[in-house]
Amino acid sequence: MATKYNFKEEMNKPERLAPGHRMCAGCGGTIAVRAVLRALHEGDKAVIGNATGCLEVSSFMYPYTAWEDSYIHNAFENAGATLSGVETAYHVLRKKGKLNETFKFITFGGDGGTYDIGLQSLSGAMERGHDLVYVCYDNGAYMNTGVQRSSATPKYADTTTTPVGSQSAGKLQGRKDLAAIIAAHNVPYVAQTTFIGNFKDIHTKSETAIYTPGPAFLNVLAPCPRGWGYEASDIMTICKLAVETCYWPLFEVIDGKWILNYEPKKKLPIEDFLRNQTRFKHLFKPGNEALIQQFQEEVDRRWEDLQFHCSRN
Amino acid sequence: MSIRERLSGNEAVALAIRQINPDVMPAFPITPSTEIPQYVANYIANGKMDTEFIPVESEHSSMSATVGASAAGARALTATSSCGMALMWEELYVAASNRLPLALALVNRALSGPININCDHSDSMGARDSGWLQIYAENNQEAYDNMIQAFRISEHKDVRLPIMICQDGFITSHAVENIELLEDDVVKKFVGDYEPENYLLNPEQPMALGPYAVSNYYMETKMGQRTAMNNARQVILDVAKEFEAISGRKYGFFEEYRLEDADYAVLIIGSAAGTCKDAIDALRSKGIKAGLLKLRVFRPFPAKEIAAALSHCKAAAIMDRSDSFNGNGGPLGAEVSQALYNAHSSVLTVNYIYGLGGRDIRVEDFIDIYSRLQTIAETGTITDQYDYIGLRK
Repeated sequence: MATKYNFKEEMNKPERLAPGHRMCAGCGGTIAVRAVLRALHEGDKAVIGNATGCLEVSSFMYPYTAWEDSYIHNAFENAGATLSGVETAYHVLRKKGKLNETFKFITFGGDGGTYDIGLQSLSGAMERGHDLVYVCYDNGAYMNTGVQRSSATPKYADTTTTPVGSQSAGKLQGRKDLAAIIAAHNVPYVAQTTFIGNFKDIHTKSETAIYTPGPAFLNVLAPCPRGWGYEASDIMTICKLAVETCYWPLFEVIDGKWILNYEPKKKLPIEDFLRNQTRFKHLFKPGNEALIQQFQEEVDRRWEDLQFHCSRN
Repeated sequence: MSIRERLSGNEAVALAIRQINPDVMPAFPITPSTEIPQYVANYIANGKMDTEFIPVESEHSSMSATVGASAAGARALTATSSCGMALMWEELYVAASNRLPLALALVNRALSGPININCDHSDSMGARDSGWLQIYAENNQEAYDNMIQAFRISEHKDVRLPIMICQDGFITSHAVENIELLEDDVVKKFVGDYEPENYLLNPEQPMALGPYAVSNYYMETKMGQRTAMNNARQVILDVAKEFEAISGRKYGFFEEYRLEDADYAVLIIGSAAGTCKDAIDALRSKGIKAGLLKLRVFRPFPAKEIAAALSHCKAAAIMDRSDSFNGNGGPLGAEVSQALYNAHSSVLTVNYIYGLGGRDIRVEDFIDIYSRLQTIAETGTITDQYDYIGLRK
């Protein structure tokens, strides 16, 4: 199914998200969108869905749109249901002979619109088996409204609703494991990815997701410079450290089989990922060593759990 | 050649949906509208229609998917009641502001709490400012006829607004009555094909829908909705005229029953109109000039026409099957009063709330209401401007 990956060729493809949108420099959201849409085969048409969030309000500000394909934003919590309706309409119009062209269906939502308020709508779309791809660009908080915590926010992160203070070390809870939740829907394809090296990982996963019949889910770590507090130019380093520390492992679940796509030769300590982000700077104050230790233990536990899943194939 | 049948309101609406054969119907179960998607699913399962049914996981998703399907270029509708519509609230506005000509078969039911599955109009009246067309029915025949006319109105190029076809929960939806049905091919020809101008699946021209529009554009979209709602007046009347040609049944903004020479009028929406007609016949036999205005179209609101129809009356009772809890009256009371005031009408009015949560209203209740109107007309004094009818003693 997947064509051979050629970095230069892929990067020279016409962009399907045009420049001129108002997303921040160093934002992972648009990098995710462009990477996913690059996996659409040339000539294939698509309808793009979008939950309310930074991406929507910055890319489709009336009367301008950055989207080259047909695009629908409906509301915050219903990207899954909205695209279910679009995809069903496509099948009916084809069945009734009113449409001959091939369309693909891809929807984007941030972690707030996906892990939290849109989880039911996403679950419904996955369970019903619509032929669409749901892409979560996960930046670990409600960034559009000003960095409030979500269920994707990592433990101890400083957000505006879990502020670090004299009596608080940030968010108390760990992250929800959304990829596992969607995998439990027994859909044909689930993958977790981010921006690594020559973008082959996100490209091939996007292509597989788009061209696998039935529902597919991609969870893309998409850092936010404002919410995480890093230099815009450091985004690739941040993503690499997320993977090398096993904070954000790269894996796929194909028809229920868990596959680990990358195992670091030397797993880096979690501090390497946390250090360059101001949302974690309190963890490096003297006396907070135990918090980093706890963070490390949770990363280790989840990494071992993932390895166990993948070893059962 | 019309077909004589005996059907409940839900069966009648589901049958109309089969005859319309829309492209997509997402729906979620809720009493008392549940039967509509059940019947439709059954028609599909037996090859009687080729609509795609989406069994969604909530009403928010049913309206979201209907919006998606309609935006994609499909003729789409859903059905719901009460709390189901309350859960769709946000999407009602999205559908209207995106100018999507989709339909909702609403079976009116009280809103919680306490939880109550019976009829009142709190659900659709609460959505009266959402930008939807709203058409109500007295009985199964009208529910069927309104459903058949729905897409002709909503899809009209001067309108392009979502349409709510309302009927009374249980009273109409579940009661089996005689009905005259149209033949399938007659309905098919009347409704016609849906030919959207702009849609997501247009291979020639991509479309973007659902923008972020700040202050310098937002207000014009609202003016556009207002213009469309205004345009709907003529379209509703034109479609009714065409419908009369195929069915022999006449429809307008409202039905007048012995209103022409009436001194005392009741203004009401929905199934209770039938009960009121019986009271009127009884009173007329005693020489009391009682009459009825049964409102069919609530959105757009036919203010001038209502004021004109009531202009000769001495007193009128505006009957609301929901309360606004504004301390002054119900939604119909407010809008009819405004219509009469703007027309400099001298009709004395009261606003009575009745039938909440399925509370029965009887012929005797209407006789009492007309008697109150007589007293008001004779004394020129209103003592109970805003009252509840049929409360437990």
